[in-house]
Amino acid sequence: MSSSASSQPVVHPAGSARLLWTALATVAALTLLAYLVAFDQGAVSRSGMYLHELMHDGRHLLGVPCH
Amino acid sequence: MPLNTTTTPPFVAVLVRGLLAGLIAGLLAGAFAYVAGEPHVEAAIAIEEAASHADPATAGAHDHEDALVSRTGQRGGLFLATGLFGAAMGGLLATAYVLLSRRRRGDDDGRSGLLLAGAALLGAVIVPFLKYPANPPAVGDPATINQRTVTYLLMVVLGLVAVWAGSLGYRSVGAQAPTWLRAAAAVGGFLLVTAVSYVVMPSFQEVPADFPATLLWSFRLASLGTQVVLWTGIGLLFAALMHHERRRRAGTALPST
Ligand SMILES: [Zn+2]
Repeated sequence: MSSSASSQPVVHPAGSARLLWTALATVAALTLLAYLVAFDQGAVSRSGMYLHELMHDGRHLLGVPCH
Repeated sequence: MPLNTTTTPPFVAVLVRGLLAGLIAGLLAGAFAYVAGEPHVEAAIAIEEAASHADPATAGAHDHEDALVSRTGQRGGLFLATGLFGAAMGGLLATAYVLLSRRRRGDDDGRSGLLLAGAALLGAVIVPFLKYPANPPAVGDPATINQRTVTYLLMVVLGLVAVWAGSLGYRSVGAQAPTWLRAAAAVGGFLLVTAVSYVVMPSFQEVPADFPATLLWSFRLASLGTQVVLWTGIGLLFAALMHHERRRRAGTALPST
């Protein structure tokens, strides 16, 4: 095994595909979390309007349209 | 077989650091918003309630009197909102960092983390804010909320595209070109996309005529400040955490603090 390319990250095709899927799942989960804070009105959180109301001031001050 | 000992750590290690940086930055942003923004939210709600008492037919989407959550609860919920939102943004930044690091040579020691946070602040916050500035309670027509939500999200995407066009412009001019030329190409690409989207996207003028202009300005400044604290915090904390992680992995870490 040569160590001459140590400055370049070694990317294995299989590991690369797995990383892409993991990254995609992570992006989906985090987008859902951001959605819950910024836009959900109980449809996803199943908490009625409770979470929506609780995070009301945060929504306004983060600059998201609220009402 | 110690591959990548000095390059990017495993995805999970980066992701955890992004989430942590985002959570802390979110709580800091919440503290800023609590001090700088809450008085303006309170003042706007007082105006909203005075208006709905004067004319019950025009009461807004929220009835703050028999609300599910008290005003005290909403002030506390501010920290929950900014903390969770910050963690989500930090995690997304970390994911982008890992995906882009595969095209990067060797170590960058936090530089690209900071650049990504700056890009997000510009593209996902400042560009949308200048078109659709934040509104306090009592501003905004409930009838257009769905339209405004969709256009706001589209503007966030277009802002990120504008930043991407800027970086494309920077790289399209050869590396041997003078810096001013590369910078000009970057600004050109960014402004082109931004200007076109500002013209194409619809505008909403829904500030009530009698809403105090100074209150609107103060609220918007506090809102923008909240996002600036959030993204500055994410960038700096993520770069710091990644710096320590790299040092640890390279085995050159100083005696632990
Ligand atoms: Zn509201």
